[in-house]
Amino acid sequence: MKYASRIYLCLIFSVLYIPIFTLILFSFNVENSTAEFAGFSLRWYIELFNSPETFTALRNTLLLAVLSALLSTVIGTAAAEGIYKMRSRFIKGAITSVTNIPMMNPDIVTGMSMMLFFAAVMGIFKISDYNEIGFAAMLIAHTTFCLPYVILSVLPRINELGDSLSEAALDLGCTPVSAFFRVKLPNIMPGVISGMVMAFTLSLDDFVISYFVGPTNFQTLPLLIYSMTKKKVTPDMYALSTIIIVSVFILLIISNIRSGKRADENKRKRGAVK
Amino acid sequence: MKKKSLMRSIAAAPHIFWAVLFIVLPLIIVGVYAFTDAEGNFSLANIAALTDYVPIFWLSLELSVIATAVCLVIGYPLAYIIAKSSPRAQKIFIMLLMLPMWTNLLIRTYSIMAILDDGGFLNTLLNTSFHIVGTKGAVIFGMVYDFLPYMVLPIYTCVSKIDKHMWEAASDLGCSPVKTMLKVIFPLSMSGIISGVTMVLVPSISTFYISQKLGGGTFELIGDTIERQFVTGALNVGAAISLVMMVLILISITVMNRFSEGDEGGIIV
Repeated sequence: MKYASRIYLCLIFSVLYIPIFTLILFSFNVENSTAEFAGFSLRWYIELFNSPETFTALRNTLLLAVLSALLSTVIGTAAAEGIYKMRSRFIKGAITSVTNIPMMNPDIVTGMSMMLFFAAVMGIFKISDYNEIGFAAMLIAHTTFCLPYVILSVLPRINELGDSLSEAALDLGCTPVSAFFRVKLPNIMPGVISGMVMAFTLSLDDFVISYFVGPTNFQTLPLLIYSMTKKKVTPDMYALSTIIIVSVFILLIISNIRSGKRADENKRKRGAVK
Repeated sequence: MKKKSLMRSIAAAPHIFWAVLFIVLPLIIVGVYAFTDAEGNFSLANIAALTDYVPIFWLSLELSVIATAVCLVIGYPLAYIIAKSSPRAQKIFIMLLMLPMWTNLLIRTYSIMAILDDGGFLNTLLNTSFHIVGTKGAVIFGMVYDFLPYMVLPIYTCVSKIDKHMWEAASDLGCSPVKTMLKVIFPLSMSGIISGVTMVLVPSISTFYISQKLGGGTFELIGDTIERQFVTGALNVGAAISLVMMVLILISITVMNRFSEGDEGGIIV
């Protein structure tokens, strides 16, 4: 039984990783082919680093991800606090259902609806060039689909924390606002952070919604990749992907080691108390 | 009292404003487009034109349901095995499972195509001429490959929360291992299964990139149809298809959630 499950794991993980390893392999191909490996070279990496298009796309992607993560975290955290305080179950339910729509809806429908919305905005304000509002449209779209994930990650923390700490702060003379910032926020911080990280990665990775909303003067990495895969692909796209995969891998390992260390420290602390 | 209760929730105001403006209003606009013609006059022509797309819809449903079923059959044992391994191994397996997810879907799909294509890596390596890209199987494989982690993660979260003593209790009461699995563990992980199924089914049924690349241009799924309307500027028909798809999906999610009420079985890890 033990062997069977090990073989099963190996099998699934190798299928999962074969495409990723071939991609890394061909990024070092000397020839312009993604099917036949002719020899090792760094040609495609050099070509990639010499392309200004890639760097602009990378900068745009990061800028958009940071801004939409910040915006959705601020709005979402405030919203979670507000939703928690609501008395009426009906209003609470209505608001959470509406918030969850972009999470449940297929991306293509969200993208389509956003695009039509911005077309209507252009009509109302008599804007003829979509590029003028393009960046704002992207930021609004990304913030909107990130919001449910932030709220989903903050709200359980607020529910768990309850009211007693904030009430104590109010009794001791805090204003409601400072009670929130000085007492509640530090306590729900892990939820806020994980919501923000999730928003950041969702924005980084989004293709479908950006495809519908994106203007021509603001290209993100997924959009660039899409336009590159429309033609026959050269291995420089593989080089780009390899860099992304390796950086994500390093980040994951660092965060794992750090959380492992933290767990060890907690164990030690708990041991010391005992 | 009422005023005070309103004040208490003032923090949600920016969000409510945002949600109405950027979630509800765009969907209303989709509805408006679906029921008007290109000049903006009321018309049912777009809705009537939907009958042309019924075969495409069935094909999308067929492929995505098969892909979801395959994901469940492969993913459940995987989630179960991971949940039963040591805490350290669990962490590593989950990381290995998440890493492909962090690689852009476009790249993963393209890489599969480069491997399976007629003149692709597999065929040059083996010196064969398998024709895989362009078949239904290739599209289903792409869906399974791309979305398998979405099935495994919620099931894993759910199974790892099940009390170990459940096994002992069931066997003490005379259940065989198979029966314990079917009668105890499986029902307890239902909420994970349901969120896994939704998280695989929804992106599979609406995909257009996977079918474009792995379908080799021979398939048109409902996502491709919407995308084509968008590219060619036939927005009213595109809006009508989107509207119908959204209504169907939201209804099925609501129905499915009824089955797992009260338990938010780990939507995301």
